[in-house]
Amino acid sequence: MADQGLLETDEPLLIARSLSKSYGRIAACRDVSFSLYPGEVLAIVGESGSGKSTLLQMLSGQLAASGGHVSYRMRDGVTRDLASLGEAERRLLFRTDWGFVHQDPAQGLRMAVSAGANVGERLMAVGWNHYGRIRESASDWLTRVEIDVARIDDAPRTYSGGMRQRLQIARNLVTGPRLVFMDEPTGGLDVSVQARLLDLLRNLVAELHLAVVIVTHDLAVARLLSHRVMVMKGGRVIETGLTDQVLDDPREPYTQLLVSSILPP
Amino acid sequence: MNAPAYNFAYLDEQTKRMIRRAILKAIAIPGYQVPFASREMPMPYGWGTGGVQVTAAILGPQDVLKVIDQGSDDTTNAISIRKFFAKTAGVATTTSTDEATVIQTRHRIPETSLHANQVLVYQVPIPEPLRFLEPRETETRRMHALAEYGLMHVKLYEDIARFGHIATAYAYPVKVNARYVMDPSPTPKFDNPKMDNCPALQLFGAGREKRIYAIPPYTQVVSLDFEDHPFEPYRFNAPCALCGAENSYLDEIVTDDKGSRMFVCSDTDYCEGRQAAGHHGAQSAAPYKDKAQEASNG
Repeated sequence: MADQGLLETDEPLLIARSLSKSYGRIAACRDVSFSLYPGEVLAIVGESGSGKSTLLQMLSGQLAASGGHVSYRMRDGVTRDLASLGEAERRLLFRTDWGFVHQDPAQGLRMAVSAGANVGERLMAVGWNHYGRIRESASDWLTRVEIDVARIDDAPRTYSGGMRQRLQIARNLVTGPRLVFMDEPTGGLDVSVQARLLDLLRNLVAELHLAVVIVTHDLAVARLLSHRVMVMKGGRVIETGLTDQVLDDPREPYTQLLVSSILPP
Repeated sequence: MNAPAYNFAYLDEQTKRMIRRAILKAIAIPGYQVPFASREMPMPYGWGTGGVQVTAAILGPQDVLKVIDQGSDDTTNAISIRKFFAKTAGVATTTSTDEATVIQTRHRIPETSLHANQVLVYQVPIPEPLRFLEPRETETRRMHALAEYGLMHVKLYEDIARFGHIATAYAYPVKVNARYVMDPSPTPKFDNPKMDNCPALQLFGAGREKRIYAIPPYTQVVSLDFEDHPFEPYRFNAPCALCGAENSYLDEIVTDDKGSRMFVCSDTDYCEGRQAAGHHGAQSAAPYKDKAQEASNG
């Protein structure tokens, strides 16, 4: 795994070049550029309204940028501009090579169908046509995200918040994506459940060598999961660097404020 | 005033043209749901307004019309629609599947195999097979356009997870011409194999939902399934109580309040034809008649 990682890091997986988005006169996101390498976890932190969710939507191709480009290195090794992909290609990418973990699991799950079908949906979408194998794969993934396999036929609406979030993660990872976007994955969960989810995520990310872009306002999440941090304010990236470096020795006044705002336990 | 009260077959000619254009497009793209400007018909939605408009658009003076409702020629719905066209178009009507050139059907395909030169018109309540899993119309259209049909298998997966087998018994999704997934209207899945490679033209009209779709003659129609849970047509395992048929689709009829029931062919024309040809079931009407006659004689 480590060797493979070294080989792959030659070229970035996701490249953003001077991305911007404006809604009329309001600039939600201004001139954001970065490269994300395979296996790397990038946290985007900032207060509400700083443009981090807009940025995530542009990166994942759900929102057209007003300016700039996003490129992605496809599985065949060719780096392509997301804007140049057809809708069918983009949707296929979203179902196979990418994952998207929503803050609210109800957005990312089908609440009325069973957990097994939720996990199996992506497999069926790429042509799996064998019930036994789909179910086997679904139970395998439920085990990996620490959900009791006996609950495979229950609908997620009968699950607790933490279980729903873990199910959403399983549903996204079943096709072996290389890049996962996460929008406040621990928001709305209580502290002990958050800790367990973070632990699970950290293990999965390392084990599967995932590249992750995680949007959060919780600096603890950034510290635990990410390798690099981008701090946003007013639609701009004001500081970027290694997580430890930024959080332990913040340069910008705003970052200093952010770090010092954490209440001591 | 001798002017007829209605245009031929009720609808005006411009409306019929519009419907014919939709039908031609539907035939050109098998299984694709073509939107059309559905009209108000003199019957409530859900009673076959879509089927009636399609029939009105294709009917000619020489046509012979048959209308069935759940296989039966003599239910209120079937009789009303048959009378409607007898009155407004003056066409000949029949109950015989063989003699008919246009057959409007609600939820069955006749047992007698159809031949070329026949058109089967289905009444469709909800044309969108993906609707119950994806409520957004914009999204289902996109899924059809990109042939993203994984969701259809999610529905079948749920069936197996819950019941151990594919429990969908009617409106069983099919793939037409290896491209579009289509809802065959709520026909029992027993009828699905009859749609495959059928010599007759099959037209589907949904009046409330304003959609027309079609299966041209001799088109491949495949019922969706899993490799380890293949499609199986379902039929109650009994012979028809009236004609003794072993291979027809059966209706269950409750005969008293003590739990007695009988199973008879849902296709009345097929059943009567078999009885006329001398086939009998356990509860045939013929012996009953004989006995009644004996009683009155004695």
